[in-house]
Amino acid sequence: MKTPKKIMLTGNKAAAWGARMARVEYVPAFPITPQTEIVETLAKWFADGTMQGKFTNMDSEHSMFMAAGSAGATGVRVFTASSSQGILHGLESLYTVTGWRVPMVIVNVSRALATPITLEPDHNDVMSTRDCGLIQLHAETCQEVFDFILMGYKIAEDPEVCLPLLVNLDGFYLSFTREPVLIPGEDEVRNFLPLYTATQPVFQASQPMARASAVFGGVTYTSFKLQQELASRNAEKIFAKTAHDFKDRFGRYYGPVETFHLDDAEYVFVMSNSFATKGKSAVIKLRQQGIKAGLLKLRLFRPFPSEAIASVLAGHAKVAVIDQNLAPGMGGITYPEIVTALYDKKNRPEKILSVIGGLGGKDMDDQDFRTIIETLDKSNMGKPLFLYDEEDAKNFDRLLKIAKLKEVSS
Amino acid sequence: MKVLTGAYRKIKDLHPHEAIAPGTGLCAGCGGLEGLRMALKELGDDYIICNAAGCFTLLSVYPFTPLKGSWLYTTMGGPTPAAQGVRDALDIRMRHRGLEEKENLNVIVVAGDGSSNDIGFGATSAAIHRGLDFIYFCYDNEAYGNTGFQLSAASPYASATQTTPSTDVHEAGTEINKKDLFEIWKAQKPVYLATVSPREPIDLSNKFAKASHLKGPRMFICMSPCPTGWGFEPKEAQLIAKLAVDTGIFPVKEYYEGEVVHTVRPRKRLPVEKFLERQKRFRHLFKPHRQDVVIKHIQQRVDEYWGQYE
Repeated sequence: MKTPKKIMLTGNKAAAWGARMARVEYVPAFPITPQTEIVETLAKWFADGTMQGKFTNMDSEHSMFMAAGSAGATGVRVFTASSSQGILHGLESLYTVTGWRVPMVIVNVSRALATPITLEPDHNDVMSTRDCGLIQLHAETCQEVFDFILMGYKIAEDPEVCLPLLVNLDGFYLSFTREPVLIPGEDEVRNFLPLYTATQPVFQASQPMARASAVFGGVTYTSFKLQQELASRNAEKIFAKTAHDFKDRFGRYYGPVETFHLDDAEYVFVMSNSFATKGKSAVIKLRQQGIKAGLLKLRLFRPFPSEAIASVLAGHAKVAVIDQNLAPGMGGITYPEIVTALYDKKNRPEKILSVIGGLGGKDMDDQDFRTIIETLDKSNMGKPLFLYDEEDAKNFDRLLKIAKLKEVSS
Repeated sequence: MKVLTGAYRKIKDLHPHEAIAPGTGLCAGCGGLEGLRMALKELGDDYIICNAAGCFTLLSVYPFTPLKGSWLYTTMGGPTPAAQGVRDALDIRMRHRGLEEKENLNVIVVAGDGSSNDIGFGATSAAIHRGLDFIYFCYDNEAYGNTGFQLSAASPYASATQTTPSTDVHEAGTEINKKDLFEIWKAQKPVYLATVSPREPIDLSNKFAKASHLKGPRMFICMSPCPTGWGFEPKEAQLIAKLAVDTGIFPVKEYYEGEVVHTVRPRKRLPVEKFLERQKRFRHLFKPHRQDVVIKHIQQRVDEYWGQYE
């Protein structure tokens, strides 16, 4: 494709296009719903010569991430994708390859975790990778998915970073939703993201090296972990640099967070990924009713842009952090991170509510957002707020009644 | 008996090149290390070892490596997929990115019997299925050695391990038979498959020399007498390895082009006791009282095995 084009793509297809335009050379793959469309698309492009390199069908996500990492350490541009149980199955490998300090882009198509087993999205899968050292970008739209993959390689491959990067998109809500996506011309992309040349030594005969050797003693271990921490911190700076470069070339700017009707907002919803679209819609409706609502969308999730988040949330009275994930016995996983970011701000919000919603793809409707506002207005909020109301309980009961597991009340 | 047409007939023919520097963190008398040392003589220095968690992980402890070639520690179940990634990346760079052939590497997996038979088994089967061009070196010390000698699927019947001790209730210790990894791998028809013993250096060297000229999955199981786990003096490692072959307990063989050939055959098999009685892991078969039934059972299995080929 020589010139920019706007085409209708699902989130999955946008991800595949991202890998294609980034001139990815290697894709080790393993299928899992709702991600499979990505690797199917890439398999076809490698098979018909559209993409140059190799597509390898692997035997598990554990193997897949391992092959991805070792190929990265051997000097090729690597892409792979997974979801849900696959992320959990591959988690040991993910921790391993982040420690190898190899750049690559991984797409996670969020899907809730068993048990119970289901297909629809929430973020416990991607949150399980929170601490393994991946750089993480969370996408709301198909355009963001595509753009984040291009930006992702630029960030991951920066000599100051050299870490794998994960782009997250929601299963079903985004993976199978068509949106118009601007695909830039090949030359434009090439100017932004040249063909891959490793900046670190890679495996080849002329440069033998031992990598990932065992260490003894906390000092050596800590030295390596500290380097990983510093590299991840660097990624925030490199993200900013890359975002400006991207804007200059393609006209779209991505900050580490996105604000929506935030300036005068009294109530702020903190959200991420595709449900942020639902949040934005709710903000518009609430504002039509005279309620000053606004929204903060998280984009860069690792490294955690504490200052960027705190500086925009400070000064707003009431904040609800909506987590589409659950740490049972604790609440939302991002909530404590947001609260920590705000702790030393003088004008921090009076109230910060933890909200759990959208689990297993459970919809969030306007009533849910009104419930959040009402809870924020209470003197004692109770926490966290679990978005599960009487109507939901009735629906669950109805299911039991159909299966005759519960008496039908007369 | 078919004789290998290898280049080596005498010990002094073997390559003088040393590919592993002395002074590693491995135990004195490790049979597997001796096997790897001789294997690498045949494979040259342009290699990468993808290593599974296990005893041999101690070969490279930061910031040292005894190897002339490259090393990548992976995970306990991940050395073979790591080998896949390296192989694929080198192929891509040679085909599309102008990497010169002289930069190519022999991709080698080094894994213990626990990784090979248990946690990494599926991933390795998958690599054979894909026809991965690599060499797999399994050092088989017949238990999880690095963690202190617990049962693996390669632990033989009647050996005592930390998790299958011999007790009054379970006198034999391990009550199940060793998994036949050779036969399982053979079922997938790898291009080459062999068992090797550090006590048979000429046979071992000829096999690696032969394998080095082939392409595809080349699988090796190296009998690895383990002084600490098996319970013998390090200086006896070679003797133990020899007895394993001479009693017929460890068949030295290869599978190539659809045929299994025993490349070293004991002329007259010694009784299995000669191998068993020298190791602490089998001591319960002799003390406090002799477990004739168990010993007989071991002998019977060895005789049955060789009976197929005699």
